[in-house]
Amino acid sequence: MSRTVVNAIVNGEPVEFLGGGGQSLLDALRDELRLTGTKEGCGTGDCGACSVIVDGRLVCACLMLAPEAEGKRIETIEGLADNGHLHPLQHQFLEQAALQCGFCTPGLLMASKALLDRNPDPTETEVRYWLAGNICRCTGYDKVVRAVMDAAADLRQEEKPK
Amino acid sequence: MAHVVSISSKVRDLTGGLDAFDVEAATVRGLIRALEARFPGLGELVEAEMSLAIDGEIHQDAMAEPLGPASEVVLIPRISGG
Amino acid sequence: MSDGNQSPVSFKVVGHRPIRPDGVDKVTGRAQFGADFHLPGMLTGRIKRSPHPHARILKIDTSAAEKLPGVKAIVTGADLDVGAGGDIEAGEHAAAMKDVAANVLASGKVFYQGHAVAAVAATSPEIAAEALDLIEVTYEVLPHVIDVDEAIAAGAAVLHDDMFTKGVTPKPAKPSNVAQRHVMGRGDVKAAFAAADVVIEGRYTTAAVHQGYIEPHACVASWGADGQSTIWCSSQGQFLVRAMTARILNLPLSDIKVIPAEIGGGFGGKTTVYLEPVALALSRKCGRPVKLVMSREEVFLASGPTSGASMDIKLAATKDGKITGAEMELRYQAGAFAGSPVNLGCMTAFACYDVENLALVGLDVVSNRPKVAAYRAPGAPMAAFAVESAIDDLARKLNMDPIDLRILNAVRDGAKTVYGATVRYSAFVETLEAVKAHPHYQAKLKPGQARGVAAGFWFNIGGESSAAVHVDEDGGATVVSSNPDIGGSRASMAMMAAETLGLPIERVRCTIADTTSIGFSGSTGGSRVTFATGMAVVEAAQKVVADLKRRAAQTWECDIAHVEYRDGVATCLDPSKDAKPLSIKALAGKSAKTGGPIAAEVSLNAQGAAAGYGVHVCDLEIDAETGRTTVVRYTAAQDVGRAIHPAYVEGQLQGGAAQGVGWALNEEYVYNAKGLLDNASFLDYRMPVASDLPMIDTILVEAKPNPRHPYGAKGVGEVPIVPPLAAVSNAVSALVGKRMTALPLSPIVVLAAMGKA
Repeated sequence: MSRTVVNAIVNGEPVEFLGGGGQSLLDALRDELRLTGTKEGCGTGDCGACSVIVDGRLVCACLMLAPEAEGKRIETIEGLADNGHLHPLQHQFLEQAALQCGFCTPGLLMASKALLDRNPDPTETEVRYWLAGNICRCTGYDKVVRAVMDAAADLRQEEKPK
Repeated sequence: MAHVVSISSKVRDLTGGLDAFDVEAATVRGLIRALEARFPGLGELVEAEMSLAIDGEIHQDAMAEPLGPASEVVLIPRISGG
Repeated sequence: MSDGNQSPVSFKVVGHRPIRPDGVDKVTGRAQFGADFHLPGMLTGRIKRSPHPHARILKIDTSAAEKLPGVKAIVTGADLDVGAGGDIEAGEHAAAMKDVAANVLASGKVFYQGHAVAAVAATSPEIAAEALDLIEVTYEVLPHVIDVDEAIAAGAAVLHDDMFTKGVTPKPAKPSNVAQRHVMGRGDVKAAFAAADVVIEGRYTTAAVHQGYIEPHACVASWGADGQSTIWCSSQGQFLVRAMTARILNLPLSDIKVIPAEIGGGFGGKTTVYLEPVALALSRKCGRPVKLVMSREEVFLASGPTSGASMDIKLAATKDGKITGAEMELRYQAGAFAGSPVNLGCMTAFACYDVENLALVGLDVVSNRPKVAAYRAPGAPMAAFAVESAIDDLARKLNMDPIDLRILNAVRDGAKTVYGATVRYSAFVETLEAVKAHPHYQAKLKPGQARGVAAGFWFNIGGESSAAVHVDEDGGATVVSSNPDIGGSRASMAMMAAETLGLPIERVRCTIADTTSIGFSGSTGGSRVTFATGMAVVEAAQKVVADLKRRAAQTWECDIAHVEYRDGVATCLDPSKDAKPLSIKALAGKSAKTGGPIAAEVSLNAQGAAAGYGVHVCDLEIDAETGRTTVVRYTAAQDVGRAIHPAYVEGQLQGGAAQGVGWALNEEYVYNAKGLLDNASFLDYRMPVASDLPMIDTILVEAKPNPRHPYGAKGVGEVPIVPPLAAVSNAVSALVGKRMTALPLSPIVVLAAMGKA
């Protein structure tokens, strides 16, 4: 059971950790780097609670082996706020009460960011299908979808030349 | 005189099949004592496991609740939730 | 004393929508859930589970596993020591502690695939997994039974040879799988049926469904050398975890401290224990902390779903639609040990309607499946599925509008329920009328769409709760609550305290206490926290207000009757005193001079919880090629009393509706002929995702606040899961052209009903 040193960039910072022996990226984030914001809901890539962004792409961290993170740029929930300033998605989730127990929230936020990174003006249907990989059992998704669409509008507003 | 009605099968096991009976009591505490005296084990069961509807209102653990001269008391299995 | 009938116009905080005080931690990943804790020297625990649905345990040989380097402790059922004394309140019904202990670690027999038989603690997850493989269990495999009707039938494999059906006189001579027979009713159903103009009959079945919380069970247990221990866990009740763990390991309560982590969903499924006693027993054996977390597969195999049900129903009615009598037999799966919520099913089945003659029989039936646990309004959704489907049939037969039919039969204040309570403060009729007037109900259906309507009821409970309010030296306040926050209750606790203290919401924070830091409380469940713990919070805040007035009177040297306290400021009404107003900040800053710190704690047993009623409307379409049902519009209306924080009340309605839609359309446990579960994953246990649902509109009916609660609140969390099963099924039945009687209405089932399978 050998483990190798893995070098990656997590939330903009270079990190080094041991990974191997069947450990997933999710295990490494939580147990080696103590970034416990990313959650395990199923371990089989079905629930999206472990959603992270790897080199700009939405990924279930439980489906990636830890050594595969070598050289990659990884964004987790801990990096979503900018030096303590909440991202518009985080702000809207709070404004619209788009969370109840909060367990699926980190995954939903990262998945939503990945959507808005590539599609700044999604329709309700596009939001729903993009987020179909993130199961929420508490909210019924209504307020989540509203929050994502309002955050998209906030971001488009920010992008406008002043 | 309280008229006691039960919807619980556990109660029926202790009363030999009776679902309704009259008991002399002025408070819930007195009622439970009287039930235990008449049907051994029933008073303890009611105190430990059951709620009471006294004249239509549900009470849980309300030992000092008074009973009127013609109160109806229903023995209900304790309700919880999820 | 605040009056629950106060006009909401006068509230400054209650009824508004502030950001929840714990929100930032939850959107930044800082909030700590059960699996997020890490302690120095912590070991990984893993559980070995039965591969058989029914077997006798002949031998457990742990010798090879013990020798594996890195293995620090191994336990089996023999390491549990259930203390003397009977039952403990747990979830939807009193649970015999012996059964809970035997469910936590098997004793003598295993009763379902996944039943825990042994556990290890090791220095890494890999070593723990290897150790499990080295534990050798020898079983004598026994015949099994899964289905509830099959378990009742003669010749079925009997699980417990000491199970003689309770509630049957004379006591049965032979053991069976029927743990208990419940009977309730009133009037003369025979006469009602003899005189009826219309009789509606049906047999309805529902499948077992899991609560589906996204966070698997998780805990860390740490045993100290002096016998005192600490448990961090995801739970709906830290006091319940303490009590059950103490009873199962025969320990004094004061030696166990339970710290509630944030909880990632529960819905009733976390009102019992699976892991905590095992983790603590392992920690006790080796003196090191042990983390024990279930995998998703283990959650499906070994944590309680709710019962599947088989029900027979008959309604008697007049040609004008008045339901004069009803007969129903409900048979619910309890899983491996007694205790399904069938009696609650009987009690709630007709609770919405004023039916004079009722005869209800409920059977609690065991079979080789995981022991059921509470799930949001336990027992009610299944019964409502049958009742609301039958009422839909009645509406069709009489060509009556389904809402009008329900208004005709609805309970009103003063009506008697079958379980003994008199209906009080009910706004069920107002809720029906609100739905009738709503644009959704008025909207025309498109071709290929159908609409279903259904109602539902839940008791809601009060019970024991504790809360403290501490005023800080700068005039802010902290609320200490005894209850884990599943759905945003910190917000409503802080809001009710802020309203009572006259403070802005930003100055009031709420924390959840561990078992050593606040008085006892019942679990978070039963739709009781806003009601009962809220009541404790308000009473504590009221004590603080009385204390503030006393201190002001002392400062001004005036009679306390002349002190008015409003919006955080005390004013002296005695014109003869030279008395400048004193803010809570001023009084708090000088508290040492007026008697000491300003704080109050209240423990109470809240009485007077008011029941809730819901009415749902569901429009849907069916894809004729695949049988897939798509919900296109959904509205959930509910009698909520008063919404303390409307956004979180809306959230309860939306979340419960979504769970009900999943229950109606796709969720079920699929067992194969060997009694093994085929779909123990989120891939194959199909819960609704965002693309399955439309926006869910809500109607919060506040026509009848509950005067027994200082702000008029009724419990809201459980009612919303009761109507959706029939709301969906009534619409599907309309579209398919025949009565659908078996849930879930998965695509295969719908295609078969359309004659296309």
